[in-house]
Amino acid sequence: MAGRAIARSNMRAGKRFMSTAGWWSHVTPAPRDPILGVTEAFLADTHPSKVNVGVGAYRNDKGKPVVLQCVREAERRIAGSKFMEYLPMGGSVKFTEFAIRLAYGDEADVLNDKRVASVQTLSGTGACRLFADFQKRFKPESLVYIPIPTCHHNIWRDARVESRLFRYYDPATKGLDFSGLMEDVKNAPSGSFFLLHACAHNPTGVDPSEEQWKEISQLFKEKGHFPLFDMAYQGFASGDTEKDGQAIRIFMNDGHQIACGQSFAKNMGLYGQRVGCLSVICSTPQESVAVKSQLQQIARPMYSNPPLHGAEIVSTILSDPELKDLWHKEVKEMADRIISMREALRFNLEKLGSKLNWQHVTDQIGMFCYSGLTEEQVDRLTREFHVYLTRNGRISMAGVTTGNVEYLANAVHEVSK
Amino acid sequence: MASMASRAAAVTITNAALDKPSHGSSVEPTSRISMAVAVDVSKFESVTMAPPDPILGVSEAFKADSSPLKLNLGVGAYRTEELQPYVLDVVKKAEKLMLESGEFKEYLPIEGLAAFNKATAELLLGADNPVIKQGRIATVQGLSGTGSLRLGAAFIQRYLPGVKVLISSPTWGNHKNILNDSGVPWSEYRYFDPTTVGLDFSGMIEDIKNATDGSIILLHGCAHNPTGIDPTAEQWGTIADVIEEKSHLPFFDVAYQGFASGSLDNDASSVRQFVARGLELFVAQSYSKNLGLYAERIGAINAVVSSSDVANRIKSQLKRLARPMYSNPPVHGARIVANVVGDPSLFDEWRSEMQLMAGRIKGVRQSLYDALSSVDENGKDWSFILKQIGMFSFTGLNKNQSDNMTDKWHVYMTKDGRISLAGLSLAKCEYLADAIIDSYYNVK
Repeated sequence: MAGRAIARSNMRAGKRFMSTAGWWSHVTPAPRDPILGVTEAFLADTHPSKVNVGVGAYRNDKGKPVVLQCVREAERRIAGSKFMEYLPMGGSVKFTEFAIRLAYGDEADVLNDKRVASVQTLSGTGACRLFADFQKRFKPESLVYIPIPTCHHNIWRDARVESRLFRYYDPATKGLDFSGLMEDVKNAPSGSFFLLHACAHNPTGVDPSEEQWKEISQLFKEKGHFPLFDMAYQGFASGDTEKDGQAIRIFMNDGHQIACGQSFAKNMGLYGQRVGCLSVICSTPQESVAVKSQLQQIARPMYSNPPLHGAEIVSTILSDPELKDLWHKEVKEMADRIISMREALRFNLEKLGSKLNWQHVTDQIGMFCYSGLTEEQVDRLTREFHVYLTRNGRISMAGVTTGNVEYLANAVHEVSK
Repeated sequence: MASMASRAAAVTITNAALDKPSHGSSVEPTSRISMAVAVDVSKFESVTMAPPDPILGVSEAFKADSSPLKLNLGVGAYRTEELQPYVLDVVKKAEKLMLESGEFKEYLPIEGLAAFNKATAELLLGADNPVIKQGRIATVQGLSGTGSLRLGAAFIQRYLPGVKVLISSPTWGNHKNILNDSGVPWSEYRYFDPTTVGLDFSGMIEDIKNATDGSIILLHGCAHNPTGIDPTAEQWGTIADVIEEKSHLPFFDVAYQGFASGSLDNDASSVRQFVARGLELFVAQSYSKNLGLYAERIGAINAVVSSSDVANRIKSQLKRLARPMYSNPPVHGARIVANVVGDPSLFDEWRSEMQLMAGRIKGVRQSLYDALSSVDENGKDWSFILKQIGMFSFTGLNKNQSDNMTDKWHVYMTKDGRISLAGLSLAKCEYLADAIIDSYYNVK
């Protein structure tokens, strides 16, 4: 309440032109966004060999952003549409139906049984926030467990849901701390909510294996925990949408009533369009209608209804077999390029005679690689080699190209040998 | 937890079915028990059905009505004389340009598209407003009016905790939802006077005066929703006097700039008047109606403040509120606005289209007034229809009378007596006048 007291005394002090002391002297500048800082510094750098591996969006082998052909074609088809009316609060029904078929599989029982509540959201962040607010409203005493590390803290914090951490990344192996994870899952109070990354964990790139997912699912059943999946990379991780959805299928087939947040930012390259979907598996169709109605109630005072354009693009692609095939091909190309860059980076590091173990570069999956570099090493990478990445050592493989991978490997080797 | 108890019960039943000894109340389920059928009692079993949206309900009832006479005056979107939705020509042209230029789809910054933010601030205040030159306005792209109001409310909750927002009685229904979900307390100031079907100006002033110093006053910049009743320029001056005297913070909701009178400048005059007096204020903008961009969710939250330093600090904190809500705003609508405003001929064309829309609304108001005046044998003064402005009008009909409009005349409207002129055609004015006269005089 200190801010208010200051504001009040300011008011009494400066009444005539209230802005002398003003309303806002207690508003401090927000801390700078670390990732933004990386991008800005990169742009300001004039060095010819500079490399940006802080970027969180896909780049082609020339380091340029990409708009998928299937997206361009979809846009051509929807151009000149006469529809600009408000979508319903839950978004485009056509879009959400396609989205959940992608997530759960066309033939999933939960879909045939009409037990899935789904709403269109502002990409993955919007899906998580909608769920966090829903959790706060309907399970006010519940906690959310989020993995160490992750990028979701602010969402549940602003939703005022208490969060705890569970072990996930093992810095020693640069892989999964599976026993730590299982222990934390076991020790959490029964009925806790857990945020799980369905595939291509951000920021580490470390995913559980199929066997590990099965064990996690069983333990969740024992503990009655609620699994919330954040699936931001379906198709983008392995190149295969079915494979990337395996964790969700395992949990679904084990009878869990999961929630899933999907994003089409990366796998369809629709970043700025903000297209996503939140779905919740319910016990009955009636319950799914009720849950959807309550999700809409949360969306209404946040943005009323979600934006149309991106949802139309996704619907157009997923509803047309030819476009859908093209999409599968293009998302596989993106995934394959990333995988080949992982291989090239590791190969080059080993070729340079690095004594360190770089297996994690190819073991990890998706856009990001948790390199294991320290903050000091990262700073050297930037200062001496004009290589830009976040100080946690996260390398965006999307920024690696055949043109810069050798340079990058050399720089990493130099600071780590 | 109730759900856990139910789940334990389900497990106990399974044990019994397998002829295992029952364990009593605290059965710990083991992985040997098969859960082949998805029967866990849901964590969300207690979730009740949300109440139906009152306005959506109107549209649904309208759709279900098979009468050829039916008229949908609940609609909150502009309709042509043929009662069709209208995508502005400039929007079609802008989208065509965007398609042809094949722009990338990268994330916008958290604060949105820079070209849009510049354009929207200039539209609001005038391009040569000293406030803009001095950098004293913080602008963050928001998800249309709702999203922009939400960012403002969230900011108020964080930086002015406990400070109350005063909203007009009545006001747009979602204002209360936004404030409630943001955790911001609110109360009402008198606004609509049913006896005059006009502004209760003295009531409004009194309530603003009686509020604790340093409250926040939510004002509709033009085309008040739902009444259509706006203060005059002089009345705005008095409102500003009181607000300044009480050190209140004005928060303008500007959802109809250009759509109300047909002139962007006229419709922003209330805001500009306050700014010219050196008052700090917040403004939420929407391009849903004036550019017909309903579906693309484009608007902005603005803070006009005493210095560029304050503006920068506030902007940084607005971003910090937006990030955990949706990370960064959608690009499509922002680009459309920026393209239209950035091209002089498109901008001119936009002005013409706004005049067309506002003109049509004024036309049906006139026609409705004429019809009411000619049908009414009791000489009631229906001129409030002409004085009101924008998409909506408060007819002064009560709930029973509004029900009669629907039940007997198949005229769909909200129960507070609000009609949407956007959904009225010249051809239907006489019919509507008959319905209103009948409801007003024959139903209590």
